[in-house]
Amino acid sequence: MSELAIARALLTTALVVVGSAFLLIGTIGLLRLPNVYNRMHATSKAATLGATSIFLAGVVHFGPQGAGLVSLVGIVFLYITAPTGAHMISRAARKMGVRFLPGVYWPRKDTENWIDAEATRDGDEHGGEATSDDADSTDD
Amino acid sequence: MATRPTERVGVRPMASDLPAPYADLLDLAVGGGLLVASLVTLLCAYRVVRGPTVPDRVVALDTISTNVVAIAVLFALSTNRGFFVDVSIVLAIIGFISTIAVARYVTEGDIIDE
Repeated sequence: MSELAIARALLTTALVVVGSAFLLIGTIGLLRLPNVYNRMHATSKAATLGATSIFLAGVVHFGPQGAGLVSLVGIVFLYITAPTGAHMISRAARKMGVRFLPGVYWPRKDTENWIDAEATRDGDEHGGEATSDDADSTDD
Repeated sequence: MATRPTERVGVRPMASDLPAPYADLLDLAVGGGLLVASLVTLLCAYRVVRGPTVPDRVVALDTISTNVVAIAVLFALSTNRGFFVDVSIVLAIIGFISTIAVARYVTEGDIIDE
């Protein structure tokens, strides 16, 4: 019984350390990356993984019933909501006309009409025509 | 859990047969995790204040809500009280709804449209 308690304590410790490291990585990405899309890439994956690891520490610590089960529900909830929220924010940023980095394209339905990199870099009507373009492709 | 304490004494009473070095290690890890998560939440406020665009601020607020969820779970570990996990679930729901609301407000100009 004591060995089981020791194993649980060690596993909880490891999961808490890993989760804190992932939270730190996600925030460094949020502060250091150059664009809102890149920042979203850091936070929606690394920060979610960190919170998931800390939830798993809660599962290991509290056991498979009660608060541990609630922690598992929290993991499922985070995995559903974090990509949804990031998708909504990125769509909002796209519709607001936040610029991509140079050389980054928005994929079209017909691959012949991909946005040129040069036009993306120095054309200022990019956000406006993007709004009219994917209004019919995303809002049904 | 017959020997459940009534006051806050850390993670130690979780298993009374847990030897002292391992309990100390767990206390240290959970305390350090709380410190890192709080520091990281404070650092996210920089992106909220200085974000060049509105989606930057929304992303930073979303990250803050994720970090607060992690802080609630770490606090549940630290105090050995299971219901703080429920608190973290509620905080996650509120953060998700606020993110969706702000994204829809920015995109559509209205949150609930018919």
